[in-house]
Amino acid sequence: MENFKIEVDGDGIALVTFDVPGRTMNTLTASVIREIGELVETIKSDAAIKGVVFTSGKTTGFCAGADLGELGGSGGIGGGGDLKAAFDAGFALNKSFRALETSGKPVAAAINGLALGGGLEFTLACHYRVVADNPKIQLGLPEAKVGLLPGGGGTQRLTRLMGVMAAAPYLLEGKSMKPAEALGFKVVHEVVPAGTEVEAAKTWIKTKGDPVAPWDKKDFKIPGGGPYSAGGSQVFVMGNAMLRKTTYGNYPAQLNIMKAVYEGLQVPFDAAIRIETRYFLKTLMSPQAKGMIRTLFLSLQELGKGAGRPAGVPHYDVKKVAVLGAGMMGAGIAYVQAMAGIETVLIDQTQEAADKGKGYAEGLVKKAVSRGKLTQEKGDAILALIHPTADYANVKGSDLVVEAVFENRDVKAQVTKLAEAQLAEGAIFGSNTSTLPITGLAKASVRPKDFIGIHFFSPVDKMGLVEIIMGEETSQEALAKSIDYVLKIKKTPIVVNDSRGFYTSRCFGTFVQEGMELLADGYAPAIIDNVGRATGMPRGPLEMHDDVALDLSYKIAQQTKKDLGDKYEERPFTAIIEKMVEGEGRYGRKNGKGFYDYPENGPKTLWPGLAQLAPTKIAEVDKAGIEEIRTRLLYRQAVEAARCFEENVITDPREADVGAILGWGFAPWTGGPISLIDGVGVAKFVEACDQLAQKYGARFAPPALLRDMAAKGETFYGRFGAKTKAAA
Amino acid sequence: MADAYIFDAVRTPRGKGKKDGSLHEITALSLATQVLENLRERNNLDTSKVDDVVLGCVAPVGEQGSDIARTAVLTADYAESVAGVQINRFCASGLEAVNMAAAKVISGEAELAIGGGVESMSRVPMGSDGGAWPTDPSSAFKTYFMPQGVSADLIATLYGFSRDDVDAYAVESQKRAAAAWADGRFKKSVIPVKDQLGLTILDHDETVRGATTMQTLASLNPSFTGMGEMAFDAVATQRYPQVERMNHVHHAGNSSGIVDGAAGVLIGTKEMGEALGLKARARIKGMASIGSEPSIMLTGPSLVTEKLLKKLGMEVGDIDLYELNEAFAAVVLRMMQALDIPHEKMNVNGGAIAMGHPLGATGAMILGTMVDELERSDKETALITLCVGAGMGTATVIERV
Repeated sequence: MENFKIEVDGDGIALVTFDVPGRTMNTLTASVIREIGELVETIKSDAAIKGVVFTSGKTTGFCAGADLGELGGSGGIGGGGDLKAAFDAGFALNKSFRALETSGKPVAAAINGLALGGGLEFTLACHYRVVADNPKIQLGLPEAKVGLLPGGGGTQRLTRLMGVMAAAPYLLEGKSMKPAEALGFKVVHEVVPAGTEVEAAKTWIKTKGDPVAPWDKKDFKIPGGGPYSAGGSQVFVMGNAMLRKTTYGNYPAQLNIMKAVYEGLQVPFDAAIRIETRYFLKTLMSPQAKGMIRTLFLSLQELGKGAGRPAGVPHYDVKKVAVLGAGMMGAGIAYVQAMAGIETVLIDQTQEAADKGKGYAEGLVKKAVSRGKLTQEKGDAILALIHPTADYANVKGSDLVVEAVFENRDVKAQVTKLAEAQLAEGAIFGSNTSTLPITGLAKASVRPKDFIGIHFFSPVDKMGLVEIIMGEETSQEALAKSIDYVLKIKKTPIVVNDSRGFYTSRCFGTFVQEGMELLADGYAPAIIDNVGRATGMPRGPLEMHDDVALDLSYKIAQQTKKDLGDKYEERPFTAIIEKMVEGEGRYGRKNGKGFYDYPENGPKTLWPGLAQLAPTKIAEVDKAGIEEIRTRLLYRQAVEAARCFEENVITDPREADVGAILGWGFAPWTGGPISLIDGVGVAKFVEACDQLAQKYGARFAPPALLRDMAAKGETFYGRFGAKTKAAA
Repeated sequence: MADAYIFDAVRTPRGKGKKDGSLHEITALSLATQVLENLRERNNLDTSKVDDVVLGCVAPVGEQGSDIARTAVLTADYAESVAGVQINRFCASGLEAVNMAAAKVISGEAELAIGGGVESMSRVPMGSDGGAWPTDPSSAFKTYFMPQGVSADLIATLYGFSRDDVDAYAVESQKRAAAAWADGRFKKSVIPVKDQLGLTILDHDETVRGATTMQTLASLNPSFTGMGEMAFDAVATQRYPQVERMNHVHHAGNSSGIVDGAAGVLIGTKEMGEALGLKARARIKGMASIGSEPSIMLTGPSLVTEKLLKKLGMEVGDIDLYELNEAFAAVVLRMMQALDIPHEKMNVNGGAIAMGHPLGATGAMILGTMVDELERSDKETALITLCVGAGMGTATVIERV
């Protein structure tokens, strides 16, 4: 066995050390799963073994669970279409764990570090769990977060240990628990000083060593009761409703977890794990799981390691950065830089304005210190890295500049000149613009090769994405350096080419616009936002529009009209916005008046006056009507993302999907707009878009690229995935 | 095919469905037994002529389990040859039992049958029978399950019934029920319930509050706000996205009361009636059931009414009296709104808001009420209907003979 080492001591206790060679962390690879089966056979058949203690040979922890790379790949379980074979493969781990649990010999887990997913399930199949006393240790089943279902007995053992209600957040939301919490929930039996886990586990085997799991005992009762006990049924009735409330029916993983728990708790354990495996496979084979694993786990990880970075440029260690403009964005950028240990010059027109910008970081640090997340000393050190000033001379020595002033070409041109005068050769000038084309802004630069777009999202300290925009003249070296900077501040970079709205703002805009189209079509506003939320987007399009600000959207529309001239297509909803902004002074959430009124006490309510500007013609919708609106809102964004590929605005499906979910909150259950198209099938998507275009207009018309892909039977990840891999 | 005639209808009074209710110390079986005994005694019935007894019961577990209809046939000392079957169509079970008994007569399977129902809600609480529909994620999720009270509030929200509207309806229901009792309108069919010694323990509906006013109701808090906010309002708005905010208007005072009771209706062919010397009081003119949208659940009555009237070639205006179970005030307001039925024709003697809704029995009780009322007011036809869990409606049209 390559992954496990067995040492039997004088008491006949086998210490089995889990240590996957060549990896920093133990995961349940195919080879590990195979060896667990062999291991159980050995334990059962070797008479010299009286009991077993499992531990890990890694300092990083016990086991991080399934190998999502293997599982999510096309060759994973269920990929071939043979369901019987898929069941056997999917059941292998459950079968081995169950064999271990019923081997007749006491088995203990000595947990020296994190145990997640299949890792925790491994320990749950042991009769006794000892965990090191370290609050940093995470124990949990995070499968649901990437669209999966715990398939190693987790849905059955955790609920039988904790009760359904207590287990629900750990199963459905993938919450993890600390050792002390796990002890409270009776998920582990002992918390001992770090380093003594194995000893404590052996002691248990020698002194008690009961080799029968609680659920295999005659008098076993599910804590809180099963689905048809007095208390248990309410848990399911409420749980089902809460699940709909939180998932809108978009996530098969959560629903399947509920089903596995409901059905599994009514049958003996051996049947329960068969049920679990069936739901595990159903979930794994869903397009949602495929998209979520790929985007939210694999691609996110790859981009986080700089997958889009041009090769051949030496690593650029950014030590000092000047941030121009200490407004909301600049202040946020200064904070994340300081958190990453970067010396930051925060510049504004006056010292007061710059100081105010630093105040933002001071507030966040104070909060973190008061919550015990940061020591005062570390907090002070972080704040000491931010130097607020009005003097551009302080830019000197910066490796990079981030310009975050008003979205005004003249102002940007002016600060570009002031900063560049101080910059050394090879330093990068990044503009944090969300709308103005980079190539145009670069005209103010004397070094357009080093001029690049570095688009942050608000609030900067919470949003994980940075959109890097290549101007026409931006060099690959500048790109590499910018990616190094973004990775240093622990954000995920995506790289796009210059275009109006780049990638994220452009596609996000279509969501808000389609909401306006629906309004102009006469849909009741409540329908638009309720269905909008139910698509999985973070908010409905109208409330989102209020958040973005209606006057801003109006200004952008005016500017676009000016820029595009005859090409600008006037939509019926433009008049609604114009009347709201110019006639009614309704600017959105920021002045408490938008599509909604925002009373000081109580929730927002739809503005009654909207009925005059946009009379309701469609006051109710049936299920098919809901589906139509859903499709319009999601496909409108997806077809725009496809156009971005055609126009070479974005070139890597991973960046398109990760950027969509992290950048504008595109419905995560899809795995992103490109995964959505691939999942539906390009040909079917084209057909749907053609129908939508016929009904609602050219904005849905599929670009030539999609037709070409449909004709060739291609997918985005097939057509564009290979290319990006070659480049990386 | 034969015609089905109604010879007699009896019901127990409805006792408050709690531990301090008068009927709490009387078993469900005893309630059903006393109904059958009364039908025999009042009609001097040769029970060997009864082919079947169909009883509705919504929580057929515990003492209401094991086919309470056949059990009651035996404890009431009916002839051994009388079969018994317990059925469940949720709130319409009692009416469905009547319809099934009538169908047996019409089809020729039976010449004489009893349809009725029993529910001791104080002894076998609502929901005691569990059930996959709200509990199993497979069905709960797919059907956008919400509790009936939330569904009733959704009806009020969608169709614009304010708290004042539903309260005003409830006040009128109490007024009508109290007046009907004072006027002796129920005396033909209400049979006093006897205790273990044979003494009368209850002879009137226990929950009628004729003095109810808008002011007394105003003090009651809506019952379903809490669970609505926790999860079910979100379920409602996902299925009915036109709802911006749920308007929770229902409370204990404008919803049907939880009570204990039983009822039975004697149905047979003309020939059997004549042979046994029974007087036909009304004829079952038509029956229907329908499925409707399950999450809003309670909109079936107008749909099943339309279905049945169409089948009978009748118009809404052809019916003299309507009786719709007052599960929640908004349910009745919605049916009157949907079919343009004047309040003067609807629930003329009050309903379950005042007198209570013993789930399995109510349908048979309100059908009996209509038989009495057609005779009293000298009218011809009545339509009886109930809203039903999981989105259904059941209706029956009767006419005097």
